[in-house]
Amino acid sequence: MSALSDNLVTFAILAYLVAMIGHAVEYALGNVRTRVATAAPVRELVTAGGGAAPTPPAPPASPPTSDRTAGRARLAGLIGVAATAVAAALHLAALVTRGLAADRMPWGNMYEFVLTVTFIGVAAWLVVLWKRQSLRKLGLFLTLVMVLLVATAELVLYVPIVPLVPALNSYWFIIHVSTIVFASGIFLLGVVPAVGFLMRNGYEQGKRSFPYTLAKRLPGAVGLERLTFALHAFAFPIFTFAVIAGAIWAEAAWGRPWGWDPKETWAFISWVVYAGYLHARATPSVRRNVATWIAVLGFLTMLMNLFGVNIFFTGLHSYGGLD
Amino acid sequence: MTVVDDRPETVAPAPRRRPNRLLALLRNSWRQLTSMRTALILLFLLAVAAIPGSVLPQRGISPEKVNEYFVDHPDWAPRLDRIGAFEVFGSVWFSAIYLLLFTSLIGCITPRLRDHVRALRSRPPAAPKRMARLPQHTVLPAPPGGVAAVAEVLRKRRWRVQVRGDEVSAEKGYLKETGNLLFHTSLIAVLIGVALGSWYGWSGNRLLVAGDDKAFCNTRQQYAEAKLGPRVDSADLPRFCLRLDDFEARFLESGQPDYFNAKVTVDGPDEPTRSANFSVNSPLRLKDASVYLLGHGYAPVIRYTDRFGNSQISDDPFLTTGDMGLTSEGLAAFPDANVDPATGQRAPDQQMAFTGIYLPTAPDQAPFARSLYPTERNPALNLVAYRGNLGRDAGIPGSVYQLDQRQVRTGKVKEVGTKLLRKGETWTLDDGATVEFLGTKRYVTLSVRHDPGATPLLVSCAVLLVGLMGSLFGRRRRVFFRVVPGDPGEGSPTSGSSLMEVGGLPRTDYPGFAEEFTQLVAAVKGDEPAAERSGVREGAE
Ligand code: HEM
Repeated sequence: MSALSDNLVTFAILAYLVAMIGHAVEYALGNVRTRVATAAPVRELVTAGGGAAPTPPAPPASPPTSDRTAGRARLAGLIGVAATAVAAALHLAALVTRGLAADRMPWGNMYEFVLTVTFIGVAAWLVVLWKRQSLRKLGLFLTLVMVLLVATAELVLYVPIVPLVPALNSYWFIIHVSTIVFASGIFLLGVVPAVGFLMRNGYEQGKRSFPYTLAKRLPGAVGLERLTFALHAFAFPIFTFAVIAGAIWAEAAWGRPWGWDPKETWAFISWVVYAGYLHARATPSVRRNVATWIAVLGFLTMLMNLFGVNIFFTGLHSYGGLD
Repeated sequence: MTVVDDRPETVAPAPRRRPNRLLALLRNSWRQLTSMRTALILLFLLAVAAIPGSVLPQRGISPEKVNEYFVDHPDWAPRLDRIGAFEVFGSVWFSAIYLLLFTSLIGCITPRLRDHVRALRSRPPAAPKRMARLPQHTVLPAPPGGVAAVAEVLRKRRWRVQVRGDEVSAEKGYLKETGNLLFHTSLIAVLIGVALGSWYGWSGNRLLVAGDDKAFCNTRQQYAEAKLGPRVDSADLPRFCLRLDDFEARFLESGQPDYFNAKVTVDGPDEPTRSANFSVNSPLRLKDASVYLLGHGYAPVIRYTDRFGNSQISDDPFLTTGDMGLTSEGLAAFPDANVDPATGQRAPDQQMAFTGIYLPTAPDQAPFARSLYPTERNPALNLVAYRGNLGRDAGIPGSVYQLDQRQVRTGKVKEVGTKLLRKGETWTLDDGATVEFLGTKRYVTLSVRHDPGATPLLVSCAVLLVGLMGSLFGRRRRVFFRVVPGDPGEGSPTSGSSLMEVGGLPRTDYPGFAEEFTQLVAAVKGDEPAAERSGVREGAE
């Protein structure tokens, strides 16, 4: 069962790769369309996104010169979505088999944790996509993130199955970790439109240098920003709850709800930074891209807590599984 | 996030008095401090200030690591220490940031609280003159019931409704501001809960060896380490005693712990006598204290019989060294050894001590330095014998777990042999004295604590969460309805029958408002056929 889970992870990574390629093709073909419309040689395409060539603003939205290309781009995008769904199913199957093999929830160490967080992220993405199909092009960034994180999990963090130590064997632990995982997954997904917004916003303001040109075919900045906020506003209370549940568990296990252990400290930092994001977004004098940068920073602190703290610091959280 | 940002100004307009420079300065600083921008900056500073607390070792968590740091970085450590870098969360600068933040918070929410109470009491404002300017606007035939019917529909949908003549104003979503204020207020309550805990709380740590003669009572002196909050006196500690009757630990084949259970007898004036079990994750809850199981280990029982035939027994706990196999180190000291029965004199230079490593599961062959498994599958005790003046009589407080190395260095204590003892084995020393390894007792590491802030903390966290959700998901919005006469200039048969103008205003970012507005308008219109019968075309705008 454990080996099956490992294989499923590999297949899921491959499926994410396929999805990423599908989305990338859609992106590229979308560029062709613009190029054709502006009567530029198709060959130049290769440099698209390379950054040098200034593109005329406001690509024609309605009359594509080549409907066939548009159709193909759409098809590639849909293949990307389908492959993402398949990958998510494989991903879920990998988690379920891992959990069955270990006879507990599959989040007992960093490997399992990352695997579960990324699954929540992709599942939430499919829900978002189902509601707003116009966001499909963000899929390229999402699948990229998935490939990177799931592959990191498999290649770097992998550990064989072991049962939990008694300190982790409590129902508050399950509540704490499941909500942390869930909130992290949504925050993870939130980073995708956040970064998309930062690039698209720059693009809409006329920036035509490298990362901004990537945003040419992204949905509008306003929508991306809204989605960013909606995801963070959704995840923040869950994260807050998770931290509180962690404190309740820590009280039972170690006799104090909060002890500024490195992991607790970084959870505090993340919480404060995300609170700062929500604040910044509600402050009229703070520009939206500044606020969005804070959200991205928040995610970096989450990553720091997940990877950095487990690897660099030793604390009470006997959770890393990397000794 | 604000579509129409009409949050009341935090500061009332300055009174028309002679401007006083100092007052103006104070007022300005206060205004600055309580602004959202300042709050944002302080939040940010708080996050940044917490980072060293995770990077550098902290006294409150791992004092031994702080000492190590001093040894490793003799030049840096004292400087860092001076700025409180080893006690970040109690440092002046960290406290300054959060105290400023909470001052800002209080200054921010007090006026908002007042405004909100006022808003809750007041009625929705009158409709604006030109409703067409509102983000949502439509005109429809006036429903048969007129404004009364509209008000009814709105009330059913839990809007707060005010009818003025042929006008209806309604507002909904006060929950947002209520939740927001609740959230921010409970942040203050959280801080108070923490403060209560540190003022009125206490804690003590100690080891407890199994057995009747090893019971301890809850007094300050009985703890290896005790911390009493500034408002707690030793006499305030609840009176109870604990005895460890049994400790059970089970491990997986890999050595990973699987199950712990400590069985104790509780006793004492403040607690009914009873037997109780507790474990990791499920502490023993007493009336005004909780007992937590933090660790466990072995106390080897060693009998030393001196050359005069006098026996003494040591069963002091050996401390675990942190490995999976519970390799433990400790000391068995016999300061009263070798008292000559003829004279009754103690010989201060004939005291005995044994330092030892205890291996619950010793390997089959040397080196006998690391235990292979945490339970006693092949117990062995590796002892080093010392004789001399242990240095305890000089009144210098010595560790129970370590030999005083100064005495060894100065030659006052000399090593007289080493030996690996299996359970039940006896070792005869050079002077004819014997050492027997009789077996082991279990001991547990306990933390006994009382935190009177815990319950307030939990309650305020729950309120915080509820408030947060109200604030994030609540949406304040207004709608207005006004009956207007139909356009007589049109000359159509409908002229004269009245129309109803409807406007909607989301007061916070609310993408779904248009939909809600449309639904609301449809509901107000009531049944479509009736509207058609009256013959008015929709969209008379
Ligand atoms: C202890 C530090 C603080 C924390 C952790 C904090 C946290 C938050 C969070 C997470 C939100 C977004 C959720 C919500 O809408 O309720 C928020 C909103 C808000 N905070 Fe704070 N806050 C703090 C201090 C302050 C201070 C000092 C002020 C006043 C200057 C303030 C004013 C506000 C306002 C007005 C909103 C509502 C924004 C809106 O949704 O329109 N907060 N706060």
